Amino acid sequence: MNAALQQMTDPATPLLTVEHLTMRFGGLVAIDDVSFAAAHRGITGVIGPNGAGKTTLFNCITGFYKPTVGRLTLAAADRPTMLLEQMEGFRIGQQARVARTFQNIRLFTGMSVLENLMVAQHNKLMRASGYTFLGLFGLPSFNRAEKAARDLAVHWLDRVGLTHLADEPAGSLPYGAQRRLEIARAMCTEPVLLCLDEPAAGLNPRESAELNTLLRSIRDEFGIGILLIEHDMSVVMGICDHIVVLDYGRKIADGTPAEIRADPAVIRAYLGEEEKE
Amino acid sequence: MTDTTMEKRLPGEAVTSNAPSPLLVAIKETIFTAVLVFLLGILMVGFQTQAIQGQYLSFVTRFSDVIWAVAIVPIGRFLLALDRQGISWPALIVGGLAFLYFFGAGSTGVMELDVYKTLPLPFEEPMVNVIFGLGALLVCGTAIKSIRTAGEGRQTLPAREAAEARRANFAKRLSGVLGPALVAIAIVLPWTPWGDRQLVDSLILVLTYVMLGWGLNIVVGLAGLLDLGYVAFYAVGAYTYAKLSTELGLSFWESLPIAGALAAAFGVTLGFPVLRLRGDYLAIVTLGFGEMIRIVLINWQVFTGGPNGIGSIGKITFFGFPFERKVPEGVTAFHDLFGLQFSGAHRVYFLYYVILVLALITNFVTIRLRKLPIGRAWEALREDETACRALGINPTNTKLTAFALGAMFAGFAGSFFATRQGFVSPESFTFIESAVILAIVVLGGMGSQVGVALAAILLIGLPEALRELALYRMLAFGASMVLIMLWRPKGLLSYREPTILLHAKNKKAMVSGTVK
Amino acid sequence: MEYLLQQLINGLTLGAIYGLIAIGYTMVYGIIGMINFAHGDIYMVGAFQAMIALMIVGALGISWVPLQLALMLIVALVLTAAYGWTVERIAYRPLRGSTRLAPLISAIGMSIVLQNYVQLLQGPRPKPVAPVIRGGFALTGNDTGFVVQLGYLQIIIILLTVALMAVFAYVIAKTSLGRAQRACEQDRKMASLLGVNVDLTISQTFIMGAALAAVAGMMVTLYYGVNDFFMGFVAGIKAFTAAVLGGIGSLPGAMLGGILIGLIEAIWSAYFSAEYKDVAAFGVLVLVLIFRPTGLLGRPEVEKV
Repeated sequence: MNAALQQMTDPATPLLTVEHLTMRFGGLVAIDDVSFAAAHRGITGVIGPNGAGKTTLFNCITGFYKPTVGRLTLAAADRPTMLLEQMEGFRIGQQARVARTFQNIRLFTGMSVLENLMVAQHNKLMRASGYTFLGLFGLPSFNRAEKAARDLAVHWLDRVGLTHLADEPAGSLPYGAQRRLEIARAMCTEPVLLCLDEPAAGLNPRESAELNTLLRSIRDEFGIGILLIEHDMSVVMGICDHIVVLDYGRKIADGTPAEIRADPAVIRAYLGEEEKE
Repeated sequence: MTDTTMEKRLPGEAVTSNAPSPLLVAIKETIFTAVLVFLLGILMVGFQTQAIQGQYLSFVTRFSDVIWAVAIVPIGRFLLALDRQGISWPALIVGGLAFLYFFGAGSTGVMELDVYKTLPLPFEEPMVNVIFGLGALLVCGTAIKSIRTAGEGRQTLPAREAAEARRANFAKRLSGVLGPALVAIAIVLPWTPWGDRQLVDSLILVLTYVMLGWGLNIVVGLAGLLDLGYVAFYAVGAYTYAKLSTELGLSFWESLPIAGALAAAFGVTLGFPVLRLRGDYLAIVTLGFGEMIRIVLINWQVFTGGPNGIGSIGKITFFGFPFERKVPEGVTAFHDLFGLQFSGAHRVYFLYYVILVLALITNFVTIRLRKLPIGRAWEALREDETACRALGINPTNTKLTAFALGAMFAGFAGSFFATRQGFVSPESFTFIESAVILAIVVLGGMGSQVGVALAAILLIGLPEALRELALYRMLAFGASMVLIMLWRPKGLLSYREPTILLHAKNKKAMVSGTVK
Repeated sequence: MEYLLQQLINGLTLGAIYGLIAIGYTMVYGIIGMINFAHGDIYMVGAFQAMIALMIVGALGISWVPLQLALMLIVALVLTAAYGWTVERIAYRPLRGSTRLAPLISAIGMSIVLQNYVQLLQGPRPKPVAPVIRGGFALTGNDTGFVVQLGYLQIIIILLTVALMAVFAYVIAKTSLGRAQRACEQDRKMASLLGVNVDLTISQTFIMGAALAAVAGMMVTLYYGVNDFFMGFVAGIKAFTAAVLGGIGSLPGAMLGGILIGLIEAIWSAYFSAEYKDVAAFGVLVLVLIFRPTGLLGRPEVEKV
């Protein structure tokens, strides 16, 4: 915590600043000196061919990997600036409030949909339950907090259209619903930065369009930053305010969707991949 | 015919299109089994070694037993092979008859079954005949099952899931009835004519294991941490009370919280360095800790009394009023307090209610904790630790609380054990105890409180009741562990109820979670 | 110095035996990811069968020691392998694809069954075995008066272990059986789609593990000269500890772990206290796991998220 504490945020700085991020696994360089920034209230897309290092980048930001070199600064409004690379994995979710979803959905499959969303509010509820001691006796203050948490969960269930399935085991939902539930679960942690790892993978066009609407509304309503890995170009080009392109661990382009579409390096990277297929 | 073969095929077995004739397959399997039984039996069964004056080894042969086994077992295998090919009636008839013959005739040595007394038996040892009889029963039961399910065809995945959900719902309904019923029975039993002292004594043992099972259920069932050294905390609780009682003269009730706290502290100390380890590594380290504590108990003579343990531990009192015929000046005995005739049974009955209350407290605390954030975090951790970390849940602390709480309940149970026995020694805290408690949790159906109680009654109560089995008791114990697992891999009553519901009437049980 | 050398020799011998048992654990864990709790008892069954075989060989009047040993080895190996196969077929195969705990409980149950089976058949008392191979080399004999002994039996144990390891390394690396095993270890479903008979491969793994445990059992029978039905438990735990110590799933790791546990035990007993030798072994395990969770030779696993 102390290491992460710095001065209060200057509103002009971007939400997330990635500087000279490098990640090596033995001899393999998965990310090579990548720098970019993600804005407040913006959707930043991270694209690139398979194996470009996108998920590794996410894992560095969300604390699953310790970067070999580099600095990750998170500067949310009204909160102290935090250096993510110095924080222990779970504290990034707990204190820096960076939430994420996973490429291969990781729900608590045996627990109900509603329970998944309640678990996401764990830290808040733990405090409210007096670290279990007070909750054991069902104190009114805890019951109120539990009720509020339930309401928040129901709010998100309504938004992703899963209210009628609230008591079903999460693992029994269809694929698209599981993707939406994972986003709802991440949002229940009330994050300042939401990292989505291929949220549109496996969705049909209608679901994909719904996802676009959902993500836009999250950005506009909650004013949080969204970092998005995606292969589906209709999603990327449709909703991203800013796009970062990775190839072989390096950043090859960085700009608005229109700029990226015209960037020769990007075209080369993608066409090159298509030839192989 | 080919259809039924498909349906019975074990997963992973290669699918061959030109299936050979059922008889041929059955004969092949039978010959294989005969050879196998011969290999298994020829030395271990065929020769009995005897140490003469503890110095030299000599032997007697038991070839007839080997020959009989080589003759009988393949017949069973042949019947099962036919059954698997869709011809179930031979297994049904022969299995059933063989069961009646072997079991009935074999058990004349154990029970008084006059009808069978004159029948000749292949094996000299009556119990061995009984075992073969039970084997025949298994063959017969398999046939009954395949006759009942014949024509249903191969189960599809949704059908299997539906069956699983039905089973979970049934388990839930059954638990809803069985739980309160068991508690009610437990409360009134000592007052009924059957509740004699011997039964109550056995029930105290069963309830101790119920409590231990419920305690371990927090660790294994909820948090998904595989702990093979749970008995260590039981030992800490027992020795804590033993020392407090013999050295400082503290009473059971004064020592109980200290024992619980100390066991929990042990849990935290042991857990802290190792809870980062995944699954089986944790299992082996906890097993190692369990053994280490036992070794220390054996060898730290000055403190623990070594292999002889600690004796004359303070007996339980009725909150300060002892259960003694003669009491020192100024102390009121229990029977005087209530104006009763002195009876040694009072103490036993009181112990029974103490362990009942302790166990129920464990149960209610667990049920309550499940619905608190910590309980949900335990279950979430069991399901997916990575997702938990992404949600900002501190895995180490969450696991530690589960470990410490489980240890605390074991500490309570340990104190109770010490006061009941009056002495403690390392012998009571071997690995097998940990294994038994774990088996109770898993056989009961992970996370299912009623299931754990049921499994404890089955695993501890039945062997207590079947003391005549003598040497075969542990064999039956181990075999039932294997058989119950094969029959119900998810445990007897396995279901999971959501801790919070949005739609109140939608009360469906879930298929219970598993340790990954 | 001489005393230390003696302890190293003793520890190495003991370690070779642990290592052989540990290979069974490590192979089974590698291929189906379960702790085969009954493996220690398979070793015990192996020791008993070796003992009975030796007795029969003696009763038949065969007195040439090499022939005695060879017969004992072959009989114990084959018959114990049958036990390994049977245990897997009865208690584990039906539970494949089930929860992770189900086979573990089944294995513990099987371990209890095997112990009591042997107790019922052969009696609860320890069985003495008269030494077959006596004598050895005196390595040093200087004026300190302490003579370092290298027993012929110790040489045989170590040589046999080395030979078996070589055979095993060859089987795993070069034969189709070894390839199938390695394939199943990586991805069982894929292996079966590619035509590997997974059930057969797993059975063969159990057979191999049991055969090695039988050899270990035979060595122990000759080395200590006393067997009882409970001997598999502690040896099993220590061998599993060795497998974890060396890095579970790794064959050289299992042998290395076994030798380390053997050495720790021998040296700890000699210099500190024999009573706490098991505590020392487990203590080392805990330390290794804390600082190197994948064991000494295990592949470090990169977490995939």
